[in-house]
Amino acid sequence: MTRWAMVADLRRCVGCQTCTAACRHANATPPGVQWRRVLDVEVGEFPDVKRVFLPVGCQHCDEPPCLDVCPTTATRKRDDGIVTVDYDLCLGCGYCAVACPYQARHRTPRAVFAYGGAPAKHEAKRHDPARIAVATKCTFCVERIDSGTAQGLTPGVDPEATPACVNSCLSGALAFGDLDDPGSNVSQLLRENRHFRMHAELGTGPGFYYLWDKALPEAAQ
Amino acid sequence: MTIAYAYGPNPWPQSFWDARAAANFVCGGAGAGLVVAAALSGARGTALVVPLLAGLAIVACGLAAVFAEIGRPLRAANVVRNPATSWMTREAIVAPLLFACGVAGAFGSLAFVATAAALALAFVYCQGRMVHAARGIPAWRAPQVPWLFVATGMAEGLGLWLALAAFLELRSARVAGWLGVAIIARYVIFRIYRRGLGRALAAAPARALDAAGRALLWGGTLAPLVLLAIAAAVRTQPWAPWLLLAAGLCAALFGAWLKATLVLRAGHTQGYTLPALPVRGTRA
Repeated sequence: MTRWAMVADLRRCVGCQTCTAACRHANATPPGVQWRRVLDVEVGEFPDVKRVFLPVGCQHCDEPPCLDVCPTTATRKRDDGIVTVDYDLCLGCGYCAVACPYQARHRTPRAVFAYGGAPAKHEAKRHDPARIAVATKCTFCVERIDSGTAQGLTPGVDPEATPACVNSCLSGALAFGDLDDPGSNVSQLLRENRHFRMHAELGTGPGFYYLWDKALPEAAQ
Repeated sequence: MTIAYAYGPNPWPQSFWDARAAANFVCGGAGAGLVVAAALSGARGTALVVPLLAGLAIVACGLAAVFAEIGRPLRAANVVRNPATSWMTREAIVAPLLFACGVAGAFGSLAFVATAAALALAFVYCQGRMVHAARGIPAWRAPQVPWLFVATGMAEGLGLWLALAAFLELRSARVAGWLGVAIIARYVIFRIYRRGLGRALAAAPARALDAAGRALLWGGTLAPLVLLAIAAAVRTQPWAPWLLLAAGLCAALFGAWLKATLVLRAGHTQGYTLPALPVRGTRA
C-alpha cells in the first residue's frame, strides 16, 4: 500500500511564502484562495518572543471529517490517502468547510480576478468555471502524482511527480513521500526527528507532520 | 458580495454558514416543534390543521433560506447521495416525508399526524447531529448539541402553538404543561453544554454564548414559567390566553436567539496550536 504524506520542518521554514506562490501558480487558485499557506505565528511575550512559520493546508486525514459530512459524495478519499473533491458533484453547501478542523477548504462564490472584474490573459487561459461556488482545497497536486507514477517516477524524489509546494521550498522544509515505505524520505525524517500532527486529539489522523526537534537518541536507533 | 478570508493562528468566525443557514436551524426547529405540539394538543379540525400547516410552512421557509445559500442550487438533488454518513443527507430525506405526512395528517387520516410528529422529531434531531458533526467548530461539536437542538426546537414549537392558541381560542393546558417541561429541559441542557465547553472556547464565542445564556435564563425560561404559572392561576379570566401568548412568544424568541447566536456568533474555528516549538539548529 501507499500512504502519501507531507512533512514540514518548522526549524527550517523561513516563512518566504514561495510554497504559497508555487501552489497558486500550479493550481491557478483565485486571489484570496491559498491551498498552501504559511502562518506567521508569534509565541511568547516581550522580550521572550519567538516567531514560528507554520505551513498549513489540507491535512489529507486518515479519518477526514469533511468526507463523512459531505452530502453529495463529492469528497472522497483515495486508497493512497489523498482526499479529493469532485467539482461536478459538489453543491457548495459549505458543510465540509465547517467540518474541517484545519480550515483548509475554500469556496469562491463568483469568479474573482487579480485586477478587477475582467481576467488578465493568463487568468482567462486557466480559469475553471467548475471551481466556482464549490468547495476547493489542496489536492497534494494529485495530477502530478498520478502522471508521475504512471511514468515510473517517485513522488517526493522526482520533481515531476512531487507537489509544487515541496518542489519550490527553498529551505528544504517541506518533504513529500510514502509513509508506508520505510525507506522513503518522509519515513526517514519522521524516524530521525520529533514531530507532531495538528489537533491530533481530534482523531482525524492528519497526513501532514511537523518536525520540531531531533529525535531522542534511543528513538532514532 | 464580499469574500472574507482570515488567515492566522487564532480562532476566527466561520464564514461559510451565514444567516440563511441559521434561519434553517431556527425555522426547522420551531416548525418541527409546532408539528409535534399540534400532535400533542389532541386538537381536531381547524385547531389541528392550522398549527400543523403553519409548522410545515416554517420548516419550508428554513429550507428555502438554506437553498438560497448553497453555491450550486441546480445541483440541490445531489444532497441525498450520502445517507450512509451525512446528517445533511438524512435531514434532506426526512424533510419530504415530513411534508407528505403532515399534509396527509391535516387533510386525511389522523394516523398521519403521529407519524408527522415522529418525523418532525427526527428532522430536528438530524439538524442537531448535522451541527454536531461540524468538527471544525468547537462550540458545535460538543456532545450535547443534538439534544440542545431538540429541546430548543420543542420549546419554540410549543411556544408558537400557545401563541396560535390565543387566536384560535383553543384549550391549551396540556401543551402549556409540555412547554414548561421543554423550557426547563432546554435550559438544563444548555447549562450542561456550556459547562462542558469550559475554557475550550475562544473569548469572543464564549462571551456571545454567555450573553445568549443569560437571555435564555431570564427571557426564555423564568419569564415564560412565571407567565405560565400566573395563567394557570387565573385561567378563568378572559385575559389568561394573552399570558399564554406572551409565555409562548418568550419561549420561542429567546430560543431562536440562542440558536442564531450558536450558529452565527459562537461559530468560531479552532485556529491552530503548536504543541511544541521548533528547536532550531538541530537538523543538519
